[in-house]
Amino acid sequence: MPTKGPQLLLTTSPFLKQREDTAFLMWQVNYSLVPVLLVAVWFFGIAALLLTSACIAGAALPEWFLGRKSERNTLRDGSGIITGALLALTLPPTTPLWMAFLGGVIAITLGKLIFGGIGSNIFNPALVGRAFLQAAFPAAMTTWMLPEPGASLPLHGRLLALPFLKPDVDVITTATPLASMKFDAASTPVADLLLGSTAGSLGETSTIVILLCGLYLAVRRVLNWRIPVSIFATVALLAAVMYAIDPSRFATPQFHLFSGGLMLGAVFMATDPVSSPITQRGCWIFGAGIGVLVIVIRVFGGLPEGVMYAILLMNAATPLINRTTQARIYGENRRRERSSP
Amino acid sequence: MDNISISSPEQANLDTVLKGLWKENPVFVQVLGMCPVLAVTNTVMNSLVMGLATMFVLVSSSIFVSAFRKVIPRQVRIATYILIIATFVTVADYVIPAISLEVHRSLGAFVALIVVNCVILGRAEAFSSKNPIGKSILDALGMGAGFTIAIVLLGIVRELLGNGTILDFPVFGPDYEPWVVMVLPGGAFFALGAWLLVFAWFKERGSQKQNEVAA
Repeated sequence: MPTKGPQLLLTTSPFLKQREDTAFLMWQVNYSLVPVLLVAVWFFGIAALLLTSACIAGAALPEWFLGRKSERNTLRDGSGIITGALLALTLPPTTPLWMAFLGGVIAITLGKLIFGGIGSNIFNPALVGRAFLQAAFPAAMTTWMLPEPGASLPLHGRLLALPFLKPDVDVITTATPLASMKFDAASTPVADLLLGSTAGSLGETSTIVILLCGLYLAVRRVLNWRIPVSIFATVALLAAVMYAIDPSRFATPQFHLFSGGLMLGAVFMATDPVSSPITQRGCWIFGAGIGVLVIVIRVFGGLPEGVMYAILLMNAATPLINRTTQARIYGENRRRERSSP
Repeated sequence: MDNISISSPEQANLDTVLKGLWKENPVFVQVLGMCPVLAVTNTVMNSLVMGLATMFVLVSSSIFVSAFRKVIPRQVRIATYILIIATFVTVADYVIPAISLEVHRSLGAFVALIVVNCVILGRAEAFSSKNPIGKSILDALGMGAGFTIAIVLLGIVRELLGNGTILDFPVFGPDYEPWVVMVLPGGAFFALGAWLLVFAWFKERGSQKQNEVAA
């Protein structure tokens, strides 16, 4: 019997839905990287834009090519573009474009696709690319120059070195704040670090802009605020203890917080949803581990900066953290829980 | 036909030699002998000398293992094989510096370490201790050649990217920016992984074609 008139529609909750899939989250991160990139363009000129394009092209090409026959081609969800953009932000502004492109290819193929694509990678792909470049071209990856804010978009000849060839153009190089701290025990004013008028990679200069973008992402619940907060807290605490012990040997906690890639790494890379823990308690442990490793590498290690290795090492520990911080099911025996896989 | 015919009493044939090159390649299929594969393949020259030395030890020891296979007591067979292998490793270890001191220096301790190369012990245990001398020699030749080809392939990739040269001949000209990581141990893993990928891809394509022919 067909009924007439308005029908009563019965559904179960939820009635209000938010479109929150992978692509939405990834594009949110991409948008929040735009201000960081604009600051990089202001400080380093058109070089920043070219480097970012090269990295994104290097990341997107294998993502499209190797996934073209697969049903879930992940080029559109923007995760590869994040990888490319983040990789670019970790590079020195004098990196030749072909190295940036190669870094993008390595990041996506070795860092992500070889593990089974998005959601399956153990390590943060951008940092895998960066670590490869650091190991392959140590000289090019440590050539820093002072930023030239807004100086009519200068372009450096080093960028345009032919593929596989040495960049032959010389630039006036300078040490990063962390390097001059480590090797010359010279500190840099905190105001310079906050604004970003120091030498460094594209994205490690302006602390304030990165923090604001991170705040936006945290408010939109795109990133888990516990990770950066616990990293900052650990670094500040350890640095404060060491500064209290011997102010002449160790840098101030604010110097450690605002210098180098700590801001970029803590806000954009450690919070990668794939390679960070899924439990809230795990996130605190994860962040604390990164903080400890950063201080250990910076103060006692041979390298001036250690955020990249700290995050990669803790990425490797993520499955372990996830297992040990599993929530206990209410009413379940404490002992039995241990034996379950 | 596609069974691995390790202990079959059949007559030796061409397949006894050829299976070491492709179907049962010690490096790319059996993934044995990883220590020299990862450690000394940073240049083509090192790889080639290492491969030839391994091949020499493999062939000579397989003759002796095969000749004495009915005399060696089962309980001490591994120790006996190691003694036989060590004898020939010592020979190789003295021959190499006599020919080229430079290569000897760059190979370091790895020639002496051939004695623990599991390709050699594996063939002694799995093949020459169960087969007549002639067949054992053919098998050792095939396996040795397969091993040599595999590590030379690795050496080509690593020297080309890490140095820009092949056998010290500059391929990319003097301005080449070397990929330092490729001559470091990490590069060996990258190159080995890439070659394993290539071999797996060829094998898969081959079996697909066979299926198409059969269907």
